[in-house]
Amino acid sequence: MALPKLGFVGTARFIWRQLTSMRTALLLLLLLAIAAVPGSLFPQRAADPNGVTQYFAANPSSAPILDKFQLFDVYTSVWFSAIYLLLFISLIGCVIPRTMHHVHALRSKPPKTPARLERLSAFAAFDLPAGETDAEGKPFTAATVVESARSMLRKSGYRTQLFDGKELSVSAERGYLRETGNLVFHTALLGVLIAVGIGGSIGYTGQKAVVVGQSFVNVRGAFDSFNPGRLFSDDFLQPYRLVVNSFHAKYEAKNLDALGEAIDYTANLTSYGPNDPGTKQVLKVNDPLRLGGNEVYLLGNGYAPKITVRDAGGKVVFTDNVLCLPQDANLTSICTVKVPDGLKKQLGMVGFFYPTASPLDSGAFTSVHPDLGNPLLTLRVYAGDLGINKGVPKSVYSLDPTGMTEIAGGTATTPALELKPGETATLPGGYGSISFENASPKAAANDLSKSVKRFISLDVHSDPTQGWVLLFASLAVLGLLTSLFVPRRRVWVKVIEGEDGTLRIEYAGLARGEDPGLDAAVADIARRHARLLGLRLAA
Amino acid sequence: MTATLSSYSLIAIYSAMAVYMFAFIAFTLDLAKRTAESSAPVAQASVNRVGVLTRAGGTTATLERLDAAPVVPTRRISRFERVAFALTVLGWILHVVGTVLRGVAAGRVPWANMFEFSLTASAIIVGVFIFVQLWLDLKFLGAYITGFGLITLGVGTVNFYVAVVPLPPALQSYWLVIHVFVATLGTAFFAIGGGLSIIQLVQGRREAGKFESAKFLGTLPDAERLETLAYRVVVVGFVFWTFTLIAGSIWAEHAWGRYWGWDTKEVWTFIIWTIFAGYIHARATRGWRGSRSAWLAIIGFTAVMFNFTIVNLFFKGLHTYSGLPS
Repeated sequence: MALPKLGFVGTARFIWRQLTSMRTALLLLLLLAIAAVPGSLFPQRAADPNGVTQYFAANPSSAPILDKFQLFDVYTSVWFSAIYLLLFISLIGCVIPRTMHHVHALRSKPPKTPARLERLSAFAAFDLPAGETDAEGKPFTAATVVESARSMLRKSGYRTQLFDGKELSVSAERGYLRETGNLVFHTALLGVLIAVGIGGSIGYTGQKAVVVGQSFVNVRGAFDSFNPGRLFSDDFLQPYRLVVNSFHAKYEAKNLDALGEAIDYTANLTSYGPNDPGTKQVLKVNDPLRLGGNEVYLLGNGYAPKITVRDAGGKVVFTDNVLCLPQDANLTSICTVKVPDGLKKQLGMVGFFYPTASPLDSGAFTSVHPDLGNPLLTLRVYAGDLGINKGVPKSVYSLDPTGMTEIAGGTATTPALELKPGETATLPGGYGSISFENASPKAAANDLSKSVKRFISLDVHSDPTQGWVLLFASLAVLGLLTSLFVPRRRVWVKVIEGEDGTLRIEYAGLARGEDPGLDAAVADIARRHARLLGLRLAA
Repeated sequence: MTATLSSYSLIAIYSAMAVYMFAFIAFTLDLAKRTAESSAPVAQASVNRVGVLTRAGGTTATLERLDAAPVVPTRRISRFERVAFALTVLGWILHVVGTVLRGVAAGRVPWANMFEFSLTASAIIVGVFIFVQLWLDLKFLGAYITGFGLITLGVGTVNFYVAVVPLPPALQSYWLVIHVFVATLGTAFFAIGGGLSIIQLVQGRREAGKFESAKFLGTLPDAERLETLAYRVVVVGFVFWTFTLIAGSIWAEHAWGRYWGWDTKEVWTFIIWTIFAGYIHARATRGWRGSRSAWLAIIGFTAVMFNFTIVNLFFKGLHTYSGLPS
């Protein structure tokens, strides 16, 4: 079979027609649903970067292949983007001609009355015997009957047009809002997509862990991690400073099924800005702080034991609140200490902090409550080269002991160090000593409930378009409601004059789109019109 | 107090399950009885007199209407169906009492973990089924709905049960009330739509000359009517689902600092939304009406169930509120 040659323009037009057809839109929509599935099967870099790292470690042979197909970045992948962009192009190609058509329809008059109304799906009629008179005693004529139908339909929101052919009739149409809603819905979806795109490219997110008593200044360098959009510039950062005054975690104490489960986290902060000499702020999990276009969220918390290392001569070579990363609900946490300078070799320590330590049968510990009941810090100590002098970035939260000698814990002759707040231990090998400082030394000797400071993880977000996203999403819902539930229908009322002077009044309706109430609506119009003419429905 | 109330709650739920089981049996017997009845005469479409118009003067005019509505065979409502529906209502009352007691015991809305969500979701599904009868007679779905409620409650109490525990900070928000409740309503409408679509598929096959033996189908609406009914129900569900998606995004912005992050639950909510958007478009696409769109409604509802069970239990994500030990 020889196909006719379309030429470039013809081919382009053919592709455009195909792309904007309903069938293609439907297939793209279903394809989008299928394409979204892998993102829930494989960990995604954007939502769960640790999961991706673990996946690579667990599946070293298959992970790189999956990565090649962008299965760890599904929602920014070429193939996923291609589907939704095609879908939206198809949507534009569908919405524009429909909008033009709709604008035209809004300005045009209802169509001519069909010749035979009884063929339509919804139909009602009655005969008015000759000589009937209206309330004022005047005889009914086709003109007065049609006119009364017209004014009634108008009052019900129909657009009407009189036709005077063989018979007198009124043609009416309503429900233009249905198509308007439909177009608003689709256009609003486009709006959502554009607003999300713009927001993603000029916004930013940053994370910062702050120890209670310390502060955070909103500049790029202050963040532990910072993810700017493509078009972000440092000028977008709002100038402010936050001081963390206190943090309170409340744990269930009565319900035996939930002992120790977190029931509330509250951080008390003070904010400072160019026009803000200091405002007290309360930050909770479901209640972010809104500061000049920024949102600050309380996403996590943990313990930050204060550790001081002194050399053999007693000189302080390291002192800091070490952020320990929580590993479970009872806040068993991993702590990493790096002492790069001041000793004969660099020291690295890694270990656990247990807020309420309890020994296991194996001799190890576990934490049985997230509050400070029996705080304990255990550390393995390594001496050697920390590998941080070569300029290769290293995480402060992990230690790679390759090439270092273990001097306490593990294979070393000295067991791992065990410290309670206020205690000091000698570092083996003449490296000096290490102290676990008590944060409230004045408390009673057996009260360690405030002996270790907490830190809180703040998430700082700026998404200048999220209000727009919400606006478009709300418009989409409004559009959806009107497009699904406002019936669009045409109604005709026709008067046929019989030779004997009888007036046969016919009512008919035609649905445009889903309209389950059409029959009832036409019957109702007939009934109401009859009443208007002075007739009453008996049964 | 909490323990006493939650044990009363469980007693009410077990009783509801027993009553649902009898309702299910009665609905099934009704379907069996329909097989015997299906040869009953079928009403004809004709010009119906809607009423007689009278004038003050005494003259009358007849208002007539062409009955264009699809022909639905007339049949007397069987005793089984009446008993089954009454049992469903009774079971539902017990079910609601059990669910409310659980909420009172916990001092909050009863949908904060999978067990509570199974109670509430199935109560709303059966409730929507009961109240939708005022609008459309869908009692032929009774066996499907009571069976579904029974399984959900069974799995919920046996596999998902957890004692009353306080809400974690991330769930302490009024959005828990709105977002989850609307999601449940949407699920209820999708469940009924899914049931109608299943019957539509079977009915379609019978109309095509297969399944001659399934005579009870003759007493049910025809495939086209079932498709229309399913569409009307699913569309309501779709609106609720759209709202769920938006309410969830607003809550996510409050709790997690972003309105959308492709969390596994978000992904599946989006997938379900897309499938049903496809379903609605399929109705307007040539070649996609009929059984293809019915399949979409069934796949959509299957995805809803998948989202509630498999995604909650086995997928990693932020919506890990099953309350079950992992």
